[in-house]
Amino acid sequence: MTINSVTGPPLAPDPTYRADASGHVGVPGEPGAPRPYPFRRLYRDPDHKIVAGVAAGLAEHLRLPIVVVRIAFIALFAANGLGALLYVAFWAVLRTAPRTEPRRGRRGNALQAVGFFALGAGVVLLQIQVEGFGVDATLVALGVLVALGAGIIWHQADPQRRRRSSDRTPDVTLPSAFRPGGVGEAEGDRRWFLPRVLGGGLLLIVGIIGILTVVSPTRLFSPNAAGGIDLSATITGLLFSLLALAGLTVALAPVLWRVFGQLREERVARIREQERAEVAAVVHDQVLHTLALIQRNAADSTSVVRLARGQERSLRNWLYKPVGSPSERLAAALEQAAAEIEDTFAVTVETVIVGDAENDERVAALVAATREALVNAARHAKVGTVSLYAEAEDGKLSVYVRDRGAGFDLSTVDDDRHGVRGSIIGRMQRHGGLAEVRTSPGEGTEVELTMPLARPAQSRNEKG
Amino acid sequence: MTEPERALRVFLVDDHAMFRAGVRAELRTYVDVVGEAGTVAEAVAAITATQPDVVLLDVHMPEGGGRAVLEVLRRTQPQVKFLALSVSDAAEDVIGLIRAGARGYVTKTISPEQLAEAVRRVADGDAVFSPRLAGFVLDAFAARPDVPLADPELDQLTNREREVLRLLARGYAYKEIAKELFISIKTVETHVSNVLRKLQMSNRYELSRWAADRRLV
Repeated sequence: MTINSVTGPPLAPDPTYRADASGHVGVPGEPGAPRPYPFRRLYRDPDHKIVAGVAAGLAEHLRLPIVVVRIAFIALFAANGLGALLYVAFWAVLRTAPRTEPRRGRRGNALQAVGFFALGAGVVLLQIQVEGFGVDATLVALGVLVALGAGIIWHQADPQRRRRSSDRTPDVTLPSAFRPGGVGEAEGDRRWFLPRVLGGGLLLIVGIIGILTVVSPTRLFSPNAAGGIDLSATITGLLFSLLALAGLTVALAPVLWRVFGQLREERVARIREQERAEVAAVVHDQVLHTLALIQRNAADSTSVVRLARGQERSLRNWLYKPVGSPSERLAAALEQAAAEIEDTFAVTVETVIVGDAENDERVAALVAATREALVNAARHAKVGTVSLYAEAEDGKLSVYVRDRGAGFDLSTVDDDRHGVRGSIIGRMQRHGGLAEVRTSPGEGTEVELTMPLARPAQSRNEKG
Repeated sequence: MTEPERALRVFLVDDHAMFRAGVRAELRTYVDVVGEAGTVAEAVAAITATQPDVVLLDVHMPEGGGRAVLEVLRRTQPQVKFLALSVSDAAEDVIGLIRAGARGYVTKTISPEQLAEAVRRVADGDAVFSPRLAGFVLDAFAARPDVPLADPELDQLTNREREVLRLLARGYAYKEIAKELFISIKTVETHVSNVLRKLQMSNRYELSRWAADRRLV
């Protein structure tokens, strides 16, 4: 399936060539710039605000004209002031958009503002005139109070505001949420911190108590109803405990949320740092080390080639992770053998492998014979390059080791020369394979090794 | 190989100036290096202006690499031949450039003589396969009975083409292949060109998958 690492063709690397893949560290799936959010977020838009920019933000998000949204809010005023509640709730929850361009001069909104205020006041007055200030309207007004209080506290803790100050004073040990203020413009935040929290908290509590009062006036403030004293006192206590808890939660939620967000960011940063450290380790421990060795051995071209090839191989292995281990797969085993020959004899073994097979006794014999053929070529051919081609196809494994070197006369090789006869031909025959050596003086040498692939059934029998 | 003909006009595209200088020096005796470029935009403009015979194209460059150059120029300059030259041996790099229209692929460690020979071959309209590329093609076109062939003519190699590729992968030169198979060099070239065409046109699953994985096609 895979074509495994082929090492480049001949020739000592020209010093003008770049140091291999160094320019492409991390090639597969190059990480581009982080993509913008795929979804659009709802923000407030203070650039076009009359009150707080909620309507403008909504209009932008819904792709509606601002005027339509504003009129909708005012129309909802008529429903017992629901418009006001919605507006304040949005204001409390929404953040302002991260600014992408400098604030433009606010356009003639003043006149519009007066108009909308007049319209809103008219709607409210009309409603009071017609229906009086009913229970529902009171509730909504108190709801507005609660949202206003929450908003004041939350905006105080707005992470956007804080980030600006924490950017300036990076402090890895402590999430900036735990740090007071910061410097510079954050000073203002700090000065207003207490008044805002206190004021917001007051509004919150008044609002919530008010709502409870309106909703259950009899229980809270008429404990004299027959026999209900104990029960209502308990309920009152419970309600106030809950109230305190709710208030605390509301006030602290943004701080907790911010701490959580910061911890997450720091985790991401740490992972990134680890990756960088891994790259640095490879580059520093291996590449720089090799480059230093190359400089020291500059006069000895053989060692320079050997060093460069070894480094190239390890860099490639690191970039394009190899499949399988030499003890399990044929391709990996052949590559390992080729690498060892390259290191030992300072030659280039141009390896092409088509297909792959599982390692077994026969495959191991084939690899050993291949290695022997490579050693012979590296030692006797007196050329810089040896080609190694292996394929696993049609139920057999074939390996070709070829060089364009000196060659020799096969008939003159003595029987006691163990290399060819014993280690290659004999070994292949013992394991049911074939070895053929084609050579003549000056014509180079090619060793062809073939081994029938054991069928799964057969191999099981052999093992059992 | 000593045809007294007009020197081929060659253009170099690589983002490493040192590498360009090296190749220029090596090729000077064989061909006429008419220009070089270090970026995609530069390359497109200069190649259109100089009209070289052959462009030596680096695979990895900023802004889309050799592929970006190929995609623009294949349409406007169909007569210019491209030979990819890269340190990368990754299958997806090889297939990407060939399918984009390059006539061959060699690695940067190739010797000057072999590179000049490859340039000449590409200029003649033939294909140039490194052993590595030959191995890749054999792998991608391996006979798999379970895979249905959409187009039998394009989706499989003939036995002869397979033999030629196998010898290429074993490190044989065209001349040696011709001798081994008792055919002419011209026939070898025809086989390799046919394989190149199949590689570019076939929709075989393995090829499409590699390409799709890298969003190449």
